[in-house]
Amino acid sequence: MATTIHVDIVSAEGEIFSGAAAMVFVPAVMGELGIAPRHAPLLTMLKAGEIRVQTPDGEEHGFYVGGGALEIQPQRVTVLADTALRAKDLDEAAAVAAKQRAEEALRERTDQIGIAEAQAELLRAVAQIKMLERIRKLRR
Amino acid sequence: MAGAKEIRSKIASIKSTQKITKAMEMVAASKMRKAQERMRAARPYADKIRTVIGHLRLANPDYRHPFLAEREAKAVGLIVISTDRGLCGSLNANVFKQTLISVREWQDKGAEVQLCVVGSKALQFFRRVRLPIAASVTHLGDRPHVASFIGTVKVMLDAYVEGRIDRLLLVNAEFVNTMSQRPQVRQLLPAETADQHGLQELWDYIYEPSAAELLEGFLTRYIESQVYQGAVENVACEMAARMVAMKSATDNAGNLIDELQLIYNKARQAAITKEISEIVGGAAAV
Repeated sequence: MATTIHVDIVSAEGEIFSGAAAMVFVPAVMGELGIAPRHAPLLTMLKAGEIRVQTPDGEEHGFYVGGGALEIQPQRVTVLADTALRAKDLDEAAAVAAKQRAEEALRERTDQIGIAEAQAELLRAVAQIKMLERIRKLRR
Repeated sequence: MAGAKEIRSKIASIKSTQKITKAMEMVAASKMRKAQERMRAARPYADKIRTVIGHLRLANPDYRHPFLAEREAKAVGLIVISTDRGLCGSLNANVFKQTLISVREWQDKGAEVQLCVVGSKALQFFRRVRLPIAASVTHLGDRPHVASFIGTVKVMLDAYVEGRIDRLLLVNAEFVNTMSQRPQVRQLLPAETADQHGLQELWDYIYEPSAAELLEGFLTRYIESQVYQGAVENVACEMAARMVAMKSATDNAGNLIDELQLIYNKARQAAITKEISEIVGGAAAV
């Protein structure tokens, strides 16, 4: 019980857990993995499941992850949890949607929007000038 | 006294505008605080994944991922992050100016440029200047989610893998402090990585399942987290810039009201004096 391993569980939107552990269990894509201190360096992906962290004083913490990535160094375990649900098909669909949005935006009649904006700006400027003139006249 | 009533209504209208700008200032201030917290919360992930990528570079896999390989830049992709709404001072204008400068630099070197825009202001602007936009995502709100960027980022990553772009850059506003935000351009691909701290040379990971798949997964997440962090930082900048802009708008409205009040008082006094002299003149005539 001389050694511990440092565990960091982070997601892109915040830190979830950071501390020492005697043993960590993670749901890797190839099957559940038990990580003891001085584990060999390893990289793997995680699938949805529970991460169990056993602290040196015998407590056990559980964290649910929807997937992610895992790096193991002899003294350090880093879990990069995904916040988003992802799969190849979903990613693909999201990419297609992003492209479509750009294309749609380009297809809109850009000139007309430009003119409308310019007109609105012009009206505002004219109103401001009128107002300034009135103030100047009153001052005299 | 023709002018007096007009001035009075003008003062009233400026006062109500002032109320709005004041409210917007306070809303932006409170949102800024939250945005800064989110910015801080996103940092551990970005740091951790950067370290892992750094380790990956130092490890010696048999497989070299294209994301890590340097190649000649014939085409460049830029991800530009902007806000969705205006009224935030020169924040977006500065980012766009910086983008155009980089675009010109690359074009001078003979590289083609493709954009990927985040936020409706960037979409509007780059549509007007007619630069090719490959992908876009808008209306992220004040709390952007990583999920919103997956598609947009994938478009650019696919383009990179297929060789349609040879470099990927990220442009966003950097939060220096409340009063100042400056545009920054960073290279995402090929991935630049930092320091090697105390790791022995010539070692390698155990890869489960395969190095290629894993690298792909890590690097995709790395880029996504960078873009996410950029977006979160941009929200903090937006709120800070809006707060400052609205504060100065409120102050200006105050000055304008003071000036108008003076003019109004003068006009009123002139009218009273005129009336008195008319009465006195009338009485004398009788």
